[in-house]
Amino acid sequence: MADTPYAVEMKDIVIRFPGVLANDHVNLTLQKGEIHALLGENGAGKSTLMNVLAGLYKPSSGMISIHGETVNFNSPKDAIAKGIGMVHQHFMLVPTQSVTENILLGLDDPKFIMNLAEYDKKILALQDQYGLKVDPTAKIWQLSVGEQQRVEILKTLYRGANILIFDEPTAVLAPQEIDDLIQTMRSMVAMGKSIIFISHKLQEVTAVADRLTVLRKGVATAEGIRVAGVTREKLAELMVGREVVFRVEKKPQKAGDVILSVEGVSAENNKGIKALNNISLELRKGEILGVAGVAGNGQSELAEVITGLRPCTGSIKINGEEVANQRPSKAIKSGVSHIPEDRTKVGTAPNLTITENTIMKNYGDAPIGNGWSINFTEAREYARGLKKAYDILAPSVRTMARKLSGGNLQKVILAREISSSPKMMVAVQPTRGLDVGAIEAIQTLLLDQRERGTAILLVSEELEELLSLSDRIAVIYEGEIMGIVDAENADINEIGLMMTGTKRSEQ
Amino acid sequence: MNLPFSIRFEKRTDDVPKWLPAATAIGSVVIAFLISGIVLAFIGGEPLRVLKFFFEATFGNWAVFSDTLVKATPLIMIGLACSVAFKMKLWNIGAEGQFYAGAFFASLVVLVPLVPPDAPKVITLGAMVVMGMIGGAIWGFFPGFLKARYNVNEIITTLMLNYVAIFWNNFWIFDKWSDAGFQMTPTFPKTAWLPRLADLAREYPVFSGITLHVGVVFGIIAAVIMWWVFKRSRWGYEINLIGDNPEAARYAGLNITRNIILVMMVSGALAGLAGMSEISGVVHRLQEKISAGYGFTGIIVAWLAKLNPFAVIIVSILFGALIVAGREIQPAGLAYLLQGIILFMVISSDVLLRYQVRIVRKEQETV
Repeated sequence: MADTPYAVEMKDIVIRFPGVLANDHVNLTLQKGEIHALLGENGAGKSTLMNVLAGLYKPSSGMISIHGETVNFNSPKDAIAKGIGMVHQHFMLVPTQSVTENILLGLDDPKFIMNLAEYDKKILALQDQYGLKVDPTAKIWQLSVGEQQRVEILKTLYRGANILIFDEPTAVLAPQEIDDLIQTMRSMVAMGKSIIFISHKLQEVTAVADRLTVLRKGVATAEGIRVAGVTREKLAELMVGREVVFRVEKKPQKAGDVILSVEGVSAENNKGIKALNNISLELRKGEILGVAGVAGNGQSELAEVITGLRPCTGSIKINGEEVANQRPSKAIKSGVSHIPEDRTKVGTAPNLTITENTIMKNYGDAPIGNGWSINFTEAREYARGLKKAYDILAPSVRTMARKLSGGNLQKVILAREISSSPKMMVAVQPTRGLDVGAIEAIQTLLLDQRERGTAILLVSEELEELLSLSDRIAVIYEGEIMGIVDAENADINEIGLMMTGTKRSEQ
Repeated sequence: MNLPFSIRFEKRTDDVPKWLPAATAIGSVVIAFLISGIVLAFIGGEPLRVLKFFFEATFGNWAVFSDTLVKATPLIMIGLACSVAFKMKLWNIGAEGQFYAGAFFASLVVLVPLVPPDAPKVITLGAMVVMGMIGGAIWGFFPGFLKARYNVNEIITTLMLNYVAIFWNNFWIFDKWSDAGFQMTPTFPKTAWLPRLADLAREYPVFSGITLHVGVVFGIIAAVIMWWVFKRSRWGYEINLIGDNPEAARYAGLNITRNIILVMMVSGALAGLAGMSEISGVVHRLQEKISAGYGFTGIIVAWLAKLNPFAVIIVSILFGALIVAGREIQPAGLAYLLQGIILFMVISSDVLLRYQVRIVRKEQETV
């Protein structure tokens, strides 16, 4: 081993941001033909470390060598020249252009005349080599998320990358697409590429990686240990710094009176296509009703009609009061809180402070609201209280929301939504994209709400989460409820069948 | 080039220091003057003499400073009008039309007349203020309503309504109210004139010939009120939230439709007030070309002031001075040159707010 130099060797990397030590003497080595997982919670410094390798940041101190040669990157261009390619979590593609055009974008060749057909062939050849199928003439907007990711990978390969960094590549993919991606990664290392795989999903890491490095608050808690023989529990502990309970404790509890009753509700999605078809369900006090289904089967629309964000037909009653087709403020006044699916686009205002984001729904109520004015001293005091109670990590309550990590942003939303003492809560994918520590915290908060007697409608794509949190699970398929089962003795195969469109037989 | 150091722009990771936006704005103005001086010297002028003349003609004595303030007055109100709309990311470029609508409606008080001609001054002027603001608000209402209800682009509607207002005015002053065939109405009675400092010349001879009128007080009061609205009020918070993320605002239960219409009406009312102040304080009649492009300069003012009401006052005085200087300095284009360069500088100085400059010595680079 000693005579073949590492593909990447990062030594004693220190990255200092004002007030934060993002990376504290981190070492990372990547062997040729290896998949190396970089594990850590949100904000642990994974992306920062990889941005250094991709030439976006300069380390405060430390050394990087590529294939045994010490390098000093001044820009991403330098990194690309050394064969480093990054597959970003958020795709950097032009939707109206074709696959080939996107791959060629920014390159010197072709210079003036675009003979696209010729380049299409080159790209097809590259696809065959790695088993990355996607039509080179298709426009990006016509592609699925998984296909778009393949374009991103092709982009780096076309630029001659032999060291690929995947930044949380599975976060946006459906289960089948994840399997495909893992296959692709395996075939790439088989052909001599080296891969760094950033993730916080433990199953995937143990399934795909050879070795791994764990970061916690900027410090490496494990450096290049072999994956074989490490348990999930041990990894979680390395990431979070304490033992993590994988199944949160749910107390048995009898559901109370009906809080929400949905009857014969139908609605259209943003494209004007029917998304909900004659849905009826009931939700009781102190109960969690899980909604299971493959993404895009009407879950989002269901949450939106209940919270008054989307028009519908049929009847939605909260505590016997009709709320369908009213303003969103009507649902809020009826005691419905909402954890929206999209934290950044819907749940928060990016350039407003934590304070301003926490008072979004109660800025008119005393003591924060005071006639026509807002008492910002009170508001900050209130926000400080929430920051402490919900353990939101940020320099101060004057920090802008866009500077928060996903987990902390979600805590801001939860703090706001729970502190209104809701009668009912609609939570859509509350733990998506979060790390194990934050997931545990948020699931515990939801169960606390259930004990308090809040009725919770929980939409999730994680079956495991639904099974451990819910009292009952409703399965939705193409806007219809296929059946509702008790979570306690639910048959996973039966739920799976309903998720793919088989109605539950009446027994 | 082989310098011993290199200059690097790095994305800011920390918050912008509080003093920096003001510093870059002032720096931009200074650099704009420097560049204009260089241009002047290049074409054979004497930059220092022109600069001296510029200051003498705009700030040199009370009389010319009063002229500067008179020109700044409508800019303050229109700058505020644009600020409130821009805060919510509503691109109201119809302040010019709202200004004319305000002037027209205020004139109705005298020309219809809406109050008896012998009514006391306070009543007449009060009615003119109210009517001017209503006129501007109506002109703001239509684009606001269309935007809120049917998502019609407000840039187009406000721009087009400018012409409607101007030609609507022309119809009345050319045809209905023309004073002996001239394109203007007869002079308003004195009860419709805003008090000027010159009115006090009998008691205080120093004020003789000073044209500064009460309109500037309207502007300052409006600035104080708008500052309170932006910083302390519930409505200001709503404007901020909707401006930053309308989706989140809708989710939080805010009434966006109502707020779009309301903001456009308040914006229009402020511009309308400027129109009233101009006809009642300066020209004393309704006529053609009462605006020296105030409605458009106001957009620049709001932008340079970074939507801060007090900064609007200061920037308005600078631009008022440029308008006065354009009248005094030949060629008049020099004032526009300065205006253009200032705007260019301020917009480019935004780089400093988003990036920080680091000077790195060469030997430091190899870490």
